[in-house]
Amino acid sequence: MPEQTELREVLAAIVQRHAGAPTRLLQVLRDVQDVRGWIEPEAIALLGDLLGLPAARVEGVAGFYSFLRTDRPARYHILFSDNITDRMRGNTALLDYLCGKLLVERGHVSEDGLVRVDFTSCTGLCDQGPGLLVNGWAIPNTNIERLDCIAQLVLDQAPVTEWPADLFSIQDNIRRRDILLGHDLQPGDALRAAVARGSESAAEAAANARSWREANIAAPQGPLAVLDEIKRAGLRGRGGAGFTTGLKWEACRNASGPMRYVVCNADEGEPGTFKDRVLLSGYADLVFEGMTVCAYAIGAGQGFLYLRGEYRHLLAPLEETLARRRAAGLLGKDIAGLKGFDFDIQIHLGAGAYVCGEESALIESLEGKRGIPRNRPPYPVTHGYLQRPTTVNNVETFCAAALIAAKGGDWYRVIGTAKSAGTKVLSVSGDCARPGIYEYPFGTPVRQVLADCGAVNTQAVQISGPSGVCIAADEFDRRIAFEDLPTAGAFMVFDQSRDMFQVARNFAHFFAHESCGFCTPCRVGTTMLKATMDKIAAGHGTPYDLAEIEKLDRVLHQSAHCGLGHTACNPTLDTLRRFRPTYEKRLKSLDFEPAFDLDGALARARRMTGRDDAGAHLSTEATE
Amino acid sequence: MSDTQTFLLDGEEIPFAPGQTVIQAALAAGHYIPHLCYHPEFKPHGSCKVCTVKVGNRTAASCTLPAQAGLEVESASDEMNDLRRTLVQMLFAEGNHFCPSCEKSGNCALQALGYDLGVMTAGFRHLFPDRPVDASHPDLLLDFNRCILCELCVRASCEVDGKCVFALSGRGIDKHLIVNAPSGRLEDTDVALTDKAVQVCPVGVILKKRVGFAQPIGARRYDASPISAQALADAPRAPAGDGRCAACEEAEEK
Ligand SMILES: Cc1cc2nc3c(=O)[nH]c(=O)nc-3n(C[C@H](O)[C@H](O)[C@H](O)COP(=O)(O)O)c2cc1C
Ligand code: SF4
Ligand code: SF4
Ligand code: FES
Repeated sequence: MPEQTELREVLAAIVQRHAGAPTRLLQVLRDVQDVRGWIEPEAIALLGDLLGLPAARVEGVAGFYSFLRTDRPARYHILFSDNITDRMRGNTALLDYLCGKLLVERGHVSEDGLVRVDFTSCTGLCDQGPGLLVNGWAIPNTNIERLDCIAQLVLDQAPVTEWPADLFSIQDNIRRRDILLGHDLQPGDALRAAVARGSESAAEAAANARSWREANIAAPQGPLAVLDEIKRAGLRGRGGAGFTTGLKWEACRNASGPMRYVVCNADEGEPGTFKDRVLLSGYADLVFEGMTVCAYAIGAGQGFLYLRGEYRHLLAPLEETLARRRAAGLLGKDIAGLKGFDFDIQIHLGAGAYVCGEESALIESLEGKRGIPRNRPPYPVTHGYLQRPTTVNNVETFCAAALIAAKGGDWYRVIGTAKSAGTKVLSVSGDCARPGIYEYPFGTPVRQVLADCGAVNTQAVQISGPSGVCIAADEFDRRIAFEDLPTAGAFMVFDQSRDMFQVARNFAHFFAHESCGFCTPCRVGTTMLKATMDKIAAGHGTPYDLAEIEKLDRVLHQSAHCGLGHTACNPTLDTLRRFRPTYEKRLKSLDFEPAFDLDGALARARRMTGRDDAGAHLSTEATE
Repeated sequence: MSDTQTFLLDGEEIPFAPGQTVIQAALAAGHYIPHLCYHPEFKPHGSCKVCTVKVGNRTAASCTLPAQAGLEVESASDEMNDLRRTLVQMLFAEGNHFCPSCEKSGNCALQALGYDLGVMTAGFRHLFPDRPVDASHPDLLLDFNRCILCELCVRASCEVDGKCVFALSGRGIDKHLIVNAPSGRLEDTDVALTDKAVQVCPVGVILKKRVGFAQPIGARRYDASPISAQALADAPRAPAGDGRCAACEEAEEK
């Protein structure tokens, strides 16, 4: 079986590159897919063998992440971003156009195994959409011209590495800078300031100790002084939940374990959010510096950056930054000249799973498993990576921490509002003249953001993405702040021409696609919500269905296992409350319409007879 | 002052030992809280959410909620039972459950819970998933149509049998049970009739062949008394595994 031996050799080399560690399973599977075009059944069995795992577990992991394919190989996997902002820029017609050019059906690998074209969840290029991914490499500003070029490259079977570079050129589009985006720190500044912060108080202890390492453990004033600054700054997490960073770090520092970990959450899966992409491309040093400051404060020895698969293009530059920092003594052993301060950072790539942004699911994924949120308590600060104390923070949180380490908590605290210190980086997209990245002090009214980005005739803004809130024009004086409109950063603008029902429907599809499926209410509930929204879109909805949506919302809030399920009905209910006419105009006046779809039942007959004319349909509007 | 700590369940005092979750303490004290994926011999899983209870103005799965002194837990309320009914309806709608023709009828926890909670209809549109059965094994049948994804077989196979015959793949509504064989067929696994995994399925997925309706409907487990009564009899049992997956060497202990 020469083929088998060859496959085994390929896989063995990949596994070896990852030190044969089962925690690297997802990274291994990504590499296998790159080389083979899919994860074939033989590979699953062999990988189980090579990694010492049951093959079914390997298969379960491969089957969880949407960028990994176990059905059929394809040389090119082309995925169109399907956020509502991409929809607004015509992604659906563009996808159809490309399918036409390549003679493939959406979602199916072409007969010759060359290409598969499909949708994927938001790829974080909303300010330069529609975005698409070719074998994971991001392409912005998709249009007919670019698709013609892509189709030709595919038909010529040109390796993606040889495609014209300008296809992959992504802009940062920074429109407004404040303390973070306008910072003037050099690599190492914040770290040295952090270490120096303790040195006065620690100097005494150190003078009596035999080594710096001993001094650092015996008299941890340095780390504690940094922790103090973070607490004094009033810094709260930028990933959405807004937990107080100082308390999280302190809890992790106080937890006992053989090792502590720092994890940077760069999964950025919330549709409409792309600020972490820009921070990672233009401010990587600041991100890593913040992680290292955290390691210093909590006593961590290992860091991870969990980078969403959609940002694969950032991997190489980030690795370069890490290498530079190692060479400069800012990572590795005895960091900043401090004996015993050893810390390094490893980058993990995701593979298309929004739920992996949830911190405990992220940790599972880091461990090479399916990205299922854990039962909490215990929390990651005590039982995180490998059940050891772990601090998980958002990319932007680490940037802010670095600033605070350098300039102090008091300096930071006065910016923003009473309960929301500092600034917030917003990802602005949708109907506006200048989409991109805007940094504001907390407390800035929505109205000002709208004016700055050149939005006119605005009907609604979706704050913080589908899991956030949708506000209407009479609420534009509300403020970006934890006490009013908390946000992870997404700011999607919809003008009067937009149909807010379709916005909510797009989000319902998103949640159903991204539900991890662990818990009953979310697994089934998001599917039911999607079906109900589709039913309403097709003109079969009734007031009964609206009541059912409210019931689903209750069930999800009461019993879903994680934030994804809790918030899955929010966009629907927000728009239902604020833009009810757009729902009602679609409803039948009846009280009830059976769920059985008569027209759907005819679909098979249509396929068999090859008919698709009006006479072969019952309803007037297509379901998709 | 007594040295056992207690919490309140529907107004009654429940003693608990450190480390117990609310459902464990409640069942041990003779109080039933409806549940499906929880099994007294296994570490709580927390996925079906049928055991959800109210604590103050929050809700939580009682199988994973650590018992704490002074908690005021509400379980037997209309609100919680409404929620449970909806969750059970969701499970019925998600799979293909044709109870009258199912060998497990009368011995099935899902069906019994449905009766106990007064579930009269599916409540949701049926999803009618396409899930072919696996009849490859000479002595066992796998009818995936009825799988409620409780992972009891997965846990039993890993933690007790040390085999990992079963696992889950897919995501969201496409999540499904798989078996540990390249062919994907049960006959190619090392499953044995004596495996714990073969005995724990609460519904009619993992069935021994040639058993059928030997025990007639009417004389079956939940025909005699409702599940709420029987679960109590099962309650205080020794753990079957230690929570570790022997085959994957996963240290899952907290
Ligand atoms: C479904 C879901 C997705 C999430 N996605 C992200 C994400 O992409 N990035 C992020 O930083 N936090 C995300 N979070 C929040 C994280 O769980 C966690 O709270 C956060 O990383 C903590 O960092 P912070 O305190 O710095 O905000 C998500 C939460 C949920 C429930
Ligand atoms: S709420 Fe949804 S995403 Fe979260 S655990 Fe449940 S199924 Fe998974
Ligand atoms: S087969 Fe049975 S035990 Fe296994 S997950 Fe499905 S319902 Fe649970
Ligand atoms: S019994 Fe508690 S979640 Fe299933």
